[in-house]
Amino acid sequence: MALPLSYNVRNLRARWKVTLLAIFGIALVVAAFVTILSMARGFNIALSSTGSDNNAIVTQRGSMSELTSWIDIGNANLIAVDPRVARGADGKPLASCEVVVITTRPRKGTNIPTNITFRGVTPTAFNVRNNIKVVEGRTFTPGLFEVIVGKRIADRVSGVDIGSTINIQRKNWKVVGLFAAEDSSFESEIWGDYDAMAPAIGRNGGCESLTVRLTNPTVLASFDKDIRGNPQVQVQADSEKKYYENLAGSVATALIMLASFVAIVMGIGAVFGAMNTMYAIVSQRTREIGTLRALGFSRFSILFSFVMESVLLAIIGGVLGCLIALPMNGYTAATGTNAFSELAFAFKVTPGLLIIGLSFAVLMGFVGGLLPAFRAARMPITRALREA
Amino acid sequence: MSATEVANKTTAVSVQNVRKFYQRDSMQIKVLDGLNLEVPQGEFLALMGPSGSGKTTLLNLIAGIDRATSGRVVVAGTELGSLSEGQLAKWRSRNVGFIFQFYNLIPVLNALENVELPLLLSPLSKRERRERAMTALRIVGLADRSKHYPGQLSGGQEQRVAIARAVVTDPTVLVADEPTGDLDHQSAEEILDLMQTFNQEFGKTIVMVTHDPRAAARAHVQRHLDKGVLTN
Ligand SMILES: Nc1ncnc2c1ncn2[C@@H]1O[C@H](COP(=O)(O)OP(=O)(O)OP(=O)(O)O)[C@@H](O)[C@H]1O
Ligand SMILES: [Mg+2]
Repeated sequence: MALPLSYNVRNLRARWKVTLLAIFGIALVVAAFVTILSMARGFNIALSSTGSDNNAIVTQRGSMSELTSWIDIGNANLIAVDPRVARGADGKPLASCEVVVITTRPRKGTNIPTNITFRGVTPTAFNVRNNIKVVEGRTFTPGLFEVIVGKRIADRVSGVDIGSTINIQRKNWKVVGLFAAEDSSFESEIWGDYDAMAPAIGRNGGCESLTVRLTNPTVLASFDKDIRGNPQVQVQADSEKKYYENLAGSVATALIMLASFVAIVMGIGAVFGAMNTMYAIVSQRTREIGTLRALGFSRFSILFSFVMESVLLAIIGGVLGCLIALPMNGYTAATGTNAFSELAFAFKVTPGLLIIGLSFAVLMGFVGGLLPAFRAARMPITRALREA
Repeated sequence: MSATEVANKTTAVSVQNVRKFYQRDSMQIKVLDGLNLEVPQGEFLALMGPSGSGKTTLLNLIAGIDRATSGRVVVAGTELGSLSEGQLAKWRSRNVGFIFQFYNLIPVLNALENVELPLLLSPLSKRERRERAMTALRIVGLADRSKHYPGQLSGGQEQRVAIARAVVTDPTVLVADEPTGDLDHQSAEEILDLMQTFNQEFGKTIVMVTHDPRAAARAHVQRHLDKGVLTN
């Protein structure tokens, strides 16, 4: 029979100062680890929920983003009637001709300006992108200088509350509503009416991007090939989802690399910390180990007992770390994208992440405890008994 | 009867032509060099001798926590050299009771739990373990201290708890390395009384290493070890 767990619990309690120190160390690592993962998770959700597989975004050939793209209205209409473009209930093509401009607004609290995408859309846009929901106020009235604001922008940027007026391109736009878009990056944008906006920003007679709903995702390749092959229109089509992933791609990669790097460095540090603590604990108990072995406890039960003690300590640290990280859930942060506008996203502390954090703690405890426990169990009994 | 149970049942300990060498750097230290010792069942033996003469080394071989370089050590009918590490551990838990100079109680366990500790290796139920541990504590006169932790006990009391722990599994042999070495005269007397009781009333074979002639006087037989050889 193995040593009872209560023996470990009492040893941890008896050396509570060392124990607390180790617990806090592990808690901080787990908290940071879970926080970084929740950030990456939130960022991924913002990216992956932007754009639909069913949609294609058509831009000028060779342009990296819609900001540097231009499609003449005639060409846009030509593309919209392609048979691979789906049609709405009214029989009109589901094609949204849009113009965008980047504007800067001061951030709440800091007043540091941040870039925001201001998008002019036609009513069709709400059919092409069916995840847009006005959650407060109402939508803008066609033809008027009215806008709706993505709810993440509303959280983070000052002067965009319903009823306030935003000056963009020397025109005053009235905020009439807030919209949600299932956590996607559209929630980081301001939308207004195409007909009011295009003349205001001097982009009449065309679109910077044309987003179309395809009859089904598999026709994208042939659709792209055909419109690329038409020398008159000079455009390209990308999956809308791919387009947004590419936009924020390098930022996402950097963030995930940073998260991995920080987690690995901290994890190694924590393992050494746990190991150091366990070495100290074990060497203080060398004679005790000798006694236990003399009484007939096996090497394995000693090894198991010390590893358990370390894992127990790590679990307490892990739970504490998760509790520290939990309030980060829903915290909104933002980062720039390749399109220079801000992409806001919420930290997502999911149950899955908490389990990962706890598993990480258990792993740290296990690895940290194994070597010292191994040393303790391997020592000859006679030598262990001679130690002070 | 298994092949390892070779010795006469009336012999508790039989050490036959045992050598124990240590290798230190290029030097070989011959601690025990062809030592022979017979301890009959029920004997109380005191092992004396100058520091460094190999008393602890011999005791450790008898207790099965160390192995001889050559020769045979047969204790409680088992030749220890033939046992694996795991078998030896199991054998110790059934056949040997340890009494250490510094008691070696587990500080985070109370007196009762310390006495119960070796019983965790037996198939007894929790209730049986508690009962037996309590009985052992009663015999050493510390039933009223069962909930006390080692830090709350005097040295003499700690050693009495240790004796209870040593006898609770009903072992064949008690090994004691200077059991009174850390105690005042009064406490030492109490400990020796107890050991004598376990020898006389419970028939325990005792091998005790001591520097104290008064302690040695309690034993049936005194043997002297000098430079790894028994001189009487
Ligand atoms: N692990 C070891 N490695 C090397 N030498 C050892 C080892 N253990 C014991 N010795 C040596 O063996 C000799 C006998 O040691 P032992 O502990 O048996 O003596 P002792 O008679 O018990 O002495 P004391 O009365 O001081 O306790 C000593 O010279 C000691 O240094
Ligand atoms: Mg000694």
